[in-house]
Amino acid sequence: MTTSTQRADRTPAVLVLEDGRIFRGRAYGAVGETFGEAVFSTGMSGYQETLTDPSYHRQVVVMTAPHIGNTGVNDEDPESSRIWVAGYVVRDPARVSSNWRARRTLDEELVNQGVVGISGIDTRALTRHLRERGAMRVGIFSGAGIGTDADLLAKVLQAPEMKGADLSAEVATKESYIVPAIGTKRFTVAAIDLGIKAMTPQRMAERGIEVHVLPATATVEDVYAVAPDGVFFSNGPGDPATADHPVAVMRGVLERKTPLFGICFGNQILGRALGFGTYKLKYGHRGINQPVQDRTTGKVEVTAHNHGFAVDAPLDTVSDTPYGRAEVSHVCLNDNVVEGLHLLDQLAFSVQYHPEAAAGPHDAAYLFDRFVSLMEGQRA
Amino acid sequence: MPKRTDIQSVLVIGSGPIVIGQAAEFDYSGTQACRVLKSEGLRVILVNSNPATIMTDPEIADATYVEPITPEYVEKIIAKERPDALLPTLGGQTALNTAISLHDNGVLDKYNVELIGANVEAINKGEDRQLFKGVVEAVNAKIGYGESARSVICHSMDDVISGVDTLGGYPVVVRPSFTMGGAGSGFAHDEEELRRIAGQGLTLSPTTEVLLEESILGWKEYELELMRDRNDNVVVVCSIENFDPMGVHTGDSITVAPALTLTDREYQNLRDVGIAIIREVGVDTGGCNIQFAINPEDGRVIVIEMNPRVSRSSALASKATGFPIAKIAARLAVGYTLDEIPNDITEKTPASFEPTLDYVVVKVPRFAFEKFPAADATLTTTMKSVGEAMAMGRNFTEALQKALRSLEKKGSQFTFTGEPGHKDALLATAAVPTDGRINTVMQAIRAGATPEEIFDATRIDPWFTDQLFLIKEVADDLAAADKLGPELLADAKRHGFSDIQIGEIRGLREDVVREVRHALGVRPVYKTVDTCAAEFAAKTPYFYSSYDEESEVAPREKPAVIILGSGPNRIGQGIEFDYSCVHASFALHDAGYETVMVNCNPETVSTDYDTSDRLYFEPLTLEDVLEIVHAESLAGPIAGVIVQLGGQTPLGLAQALKDNGVPIVGTSPEAIHLAEDRGAFGRVLAEAGLPAPKHGTATTFDEAKAIADEIGYPVLVRPSYVLGGRGMEIVYEEARLSSYIAESTEISPTRPVLVDRFLDDAIEIDVDALYDGTELYLGGVMEHIEEAGIHSGDSACALPPMTLGGYDIKRLRASTEAIAKGVGVQGLINIQFALAGDILYVLEANPRASRTVPFTSKATAVPLAKAAARISLGATVAELRAEGMLPKTGDGGTLPLDAPISVKEAVMPWSRFRDIHGRGVDTVLGPEMRSTGEVMGIDSVFGTAYAKSQAGAYGALPTKGTAFISVANRDKRNLVFPARALADHGFELLATSGTAEVLRRNGIHATIVRKQSEGTGPDGEPTVVQLIHDGKIDLIVNTPFGTGGRLDGYDIRTAAVSRGVPCLTTVQALAAAVQGIDALNRGDIGVRSLQEHAERLNAAREG
Repeated sequence: MTTSTQRADRTPAVLVLEDGRIFRGRAYGAVGETFGEAVFSTGMSGYQETLTDPSYHRQVVVMTAPHIGNTGVNDEDPESSRIWVAGYVVRDPARVSSNWRARRTLDEELVNQGVVGISGIDTRALTRHLRERGAMRVGIFSGAGIGTDADLLAKVLQAPEMKGADLSAEVATKESYIVPAIGTKRFTVAAIDLGIKAMTPQRMAERGIEVHVLPATATVEDVYAVAPDGVFFSNGPGDPATADHPVAVMRGVLERKTPLFGICFGNQILGRALGFGTYKLKYGHRGINQPVQDRTTGKVEVTAHNHGFAVDAPLDTVSDTPYGRAEVSHVCLNDNVVEGLHLLDQLAFSVQYHPEAAAGPHDAAYLFDRFVSLMEGQRA
Repeated sequence: MPKRTDIQSVLVIGSGPIVIGQAAEFDYSGTQACRVLKSEGLRVILVNSNPATIMTDPEIADATYVEPITPEYVEKIIAKERPDALLPTLGGQTALNTAISLHDNGVLDKYNVELIGANVEAINKGEDRQLFKGVVEAVNAKIGYGESARSVICHSMDDVISGVDTLGGYPVVVRPSFTMGGAGSGFAHDEEELRRIAGQGLTLSPTTEVLLEESILGWKEYELELMRDRNDNVVVVCSIENFDPMGVHTGDSITVAPALTLTDREYQNLRDVGIAIIREVGVDTGGCNIQFAINPEDGRVIVIEMNPRVSRSSALASKATGFPIAKIAARLAVGYTLDEIPNDITEKTPASFEPTLDYVVVKVPRFAFEKFPAADATLTTTMKSVGEAMAMGRNFTEALQKALRSLEKKGSQFTFTGEPGHKDALLATAAVPTDGRINTVMQAIRAGATPEEIFDATRIDPWFTDQLFLIKEVADDLAAADKLGPELLADAKRHGFSDIQIGEIRGLREDVVREVRHALGVRPVYKTVDTCAAEFAAKTPYFYSSYDEESEVAPREKPAVIILGSGPNRIGQGIEFDYSCVHASFALHDAGYETVMVNCNPETVSTDYDTSDRLYFEPLTLEDVLEIVHAESLAGPIAGVIVQLGGQTPLGLAQALKDNGVPIVGTSPEAIHLAEDRGAFGRVLAEAGLPAPKHGTATTFDEAKAIADEIGYPVLVRPSYVLGGRGMEIVYEEARLSSYIAESTEISPTRPVLVDRFLDDAIEIDVDALYDGTELYLGGVMEHIEEAGIHSGDSACALPPMTLGGYDIKRLRASTEAIAKGVGVQGLINIQFALAGDILYVLEANPRASRTVPFTSKATAVPLAKAAARISLGATVAELRAEGMLPKTGDGGTLPLDAPISVKEAVMPWSRFRDIHGRGVDTVLGPEMRSTGEVMGIDSVFGTAYAKSQAGAYGALPTKGTAFISVANRDKRNLVFPARALADHGFELLATSGTAEVLRRNGIHATIVRKQSEGTGPDGEPTVVQLIHDGKIDLIVNTPFGTGGRLDGYDIRTAAVSRGVPCLTTVQALAAAVQGIDALNRGDIGVRSLQEHAERLNAAREG
């Protein structure tokens, strides 16, 4: 247990949305200013995983759960080497951390990593606003020299928008690296890092897969240089409409009929490779309680989501694509958004949500088994 | 998968009387389920002996049997109704055990009834500790984690003693199998404790089985609520974390939702284990809850237990999340899958998701130890609380402080003034879990304890402890500030401080704080419980307050009626009042009003978001109610606030609300005062020419003695300004009067003691009536079976009255009308009379809904609370007769001769309490109410109705066997006839020497047995207590005499409770029991639904 943050320490902070709505609270984490796309996440647990998820790059994340930081920060749960969120909005940050694995408080971690946040605002009002008006640009300002509201709004309006943003290269590894299989190695997978979360190669490694994580800039040749049994396209930030390079690589893989699996951004890339469009959701899916139906079995899984864009594919018909017939395999029951695609004539599938589930429920872990069986089938 | 088409009718079993561990939450669950099943077009057959429930309202099910929930009676219902299916998972342990019995004895097979919701194998796997251990092992084998505490199963005391060594020594936990609410379980720190707890546990367990377990005292405790459908979809509806670490029953713990001190990895582990367990156990369709313990040192997870049914926790989880578990469970049971069921709150999204909360929910238990001064108030794994309050806030501190003030108990809120006491002493006190431990912890913090010291003493999680420090720091800021500025006030309110607390710290009156606060514009907003943290728009106006920025109360057109509920269940103010509030809501909604319910009790139907047009889950304090009225006044017109249906809680707010300009409808606060103030009420009686027992008030022993000398002993003494007969006693002699006055802490010059003449041998009568200002509708007249002097809530009673004639009813009617008129009632009034000799005394009048309103309504098939609500808003009795809500002619005083007889019997919580030496508490009835619930027996004749009431409350009356009789001298004369009748029915009579002598002289043979005080005889003759423990006695009649805390016969009565032998403590009860035994021996007791009773009654009324 660490000592309490003093109540006297109350640097004011302001959150300004691009449509002019303003929330006033107190600084949390680093003091300064930050900009990004305001999105809300409804998960009640797993803030450490959320903060370190590269898909949140350039986003200011509003936590709907009021108490954040209670279990502090440990060294085992991060999903990448750093915090990626552009800013952090919470209602009631913890003053102490309580967990046998905790190493530091979240407040300390945010300060150390220079993440500007705000606390003490009506996060529910902000969430409702984003729900009604859609995700939008936002700025958080704290410390000395906060300007007038008009100045702040002007700054927010100068920040770049998420639509049209090509961000994968900014978050992905620059060098390829290998995550070894746990136990006996059974397969080799080339994983294109578009913002990959640490748990994803971990889930594969648990199943005897040696994962070669390649940079976002990897070419088809780079992929096949590792002699993969299967190819994986990861999650990642940004607008899939800009992801021309990964789409081209994916087409190369599809042409060679290598077993293929995509998650999140990887799903959107598969969609584009098959000729479907993508679009920006009004306020996205971010949380760990989303009901997704596997249309092949009719079963519903409770799943972790973090996506602001989605694939525009017909729900109830089989589509013809350059790689054979494709259909929507998974649908979100809340709003009928496409949550998964699969090819009927080829060993390729993808999901829009997060079966690696960090944070989140483990209901969809079977998808990694499905990937394994595709590779087994190919080998047989 | 849509609804099954092979089920046309379903039998639902309720949970019977309210007892500790099984309370109103099952009325909430059962009502939801019945409504859902009915809306699915199924014929719903319901059995529940508890008349105070909404579920037994005739419109909720198609055939409602207010009959005992025993395999015998339920079989009769099955034989008559021939249901296709039986849904046993919504009526608590009572329903589950009854269903298992009906399966085991072949009744279900015989009548081809399918168990739905959970099969027998699943129930056994979940409930049987050894089988469940196997389940956990199987789960561990599959997913690699989850384990049970090390344990041994024992069927004898020898097993128990040797089991301790197997586990590696003391302390150990003892858990009897198949008992509800953890009855009989506890921690044993040495062999003596072990023998006592395990001995009792072996007795309590229907399978004579207890489990001994390694101690995980002080670990973190969690609970998950899960649901599964026939497609094997599973969702976790809610996680609940206990503020009090392991060692305190979860029903007695302060609990928090969602879990606040778990990382996602740990939470997902619990979730994985939970899902694997529900699958392994095989709960096909429906809900279950699973409890876990986590070692705070290393995260080791232990699965404690599961309940394969809806539970108190699932009711709490439903209220906490807006996800109606029972309702969904009922749909799943008839074949739907989760994804086919829409989420009520959003309407657009399906139920196959997991609610996410953007607020914090805190539940705090309410205890009644003041009613059982001899009972040990230490909290253990046996549940002892009688009710609970829940509150929501946007953070923990706000929710916690709201919950504490919702308890409505002196000292339940944190106090920050006065000397806290000595730190070490406070820490030592806090180390033992008791009611109010959290307040002790706060005082320890004030006395300088560090977070580490608090943790070492209590093992309460450091995060929670820090929140208490935070509250204390805010209090310090409040105390230190020069003035109450807007920021400081807003900060205090955000951490849940009430105006009263702020006033106490600042030395200001509550109303002054409020005035300042309003002037500064610091007011709460109301947020919606929406299951989804605002991700989707909510269609259901289910609100809680918070000091945040944006309010979500929508404007409305129709005039609103705000109904104030009754708060946490407690002895004296239970589910009966919730019943009346719910009825008011239904009736006023139908009459075109927008109904707004305010309550903080998560167990109730009133806090179901389906019950009223709007629900505010808020404390029932003046501050909180005023803010709701303000918020609603901004939303649209307000027709008024109803205070007379929720019992003493809202009634106590009436005057202050009116003083603050709130329109109170129905009986005015001034009229309430007329009835409650002794002097004023005396004048009302005098004007009407009605007699009351002689009385006086005294502040010293000399004054009291003078009054008693004048009016004569025995006298009834009580402190003024108390509720539920608290501290009331019948005093037979001067010495006791002296010690009573000396012992009572409630008496002071400003709080005198009331001394009344006690009417020995009087018949007590309860009347419920409606009055609209001109016309009286006599709702019902109830004759108590026990004599006057036993609290009306603890007394059995019959309706129609058994021994009163037309002349008596006429007098009661005239007196009731005179009082209703004199007081100025507009709505319901309850009056207690005593008929002594030929004089009808008025004991007291309550110008509000009484505890007996649901009973009277069911017995006479007239919805009195609905009518009262309408009258409050201006309808007249004549109009309601014309509408058909009240009978066209006649009333509860003019029931036809062949009307059914209804008997109400109170249910007492004796078996729950032990004194600090582990002995039972005495079971004698008195003027202080101690029952937790009631049952109703209804039949065409009194004897059968009485027998049913006993079967429903305590188990069937014996029809043969051995009866032990020992009565006080004053009862001996009245004993002869019923004792003879017992002998005539073939009972062998045993008696103590004095009683035996009287019986013999009257020609009744009785064998003399040794008193406990005489010890075992020279030839090993056992004492009566030994005979009871040996199961040799089937019926006990023991009326107490003597004075003081330990009345004669204490050992007999406590033995009776621990062995479950019927024990009658008044001669009048014996007389009634004899009639019941007579009816049972005549055989062939039938069952009849309330709907059939009503049809006959109405036909008779018409005819």
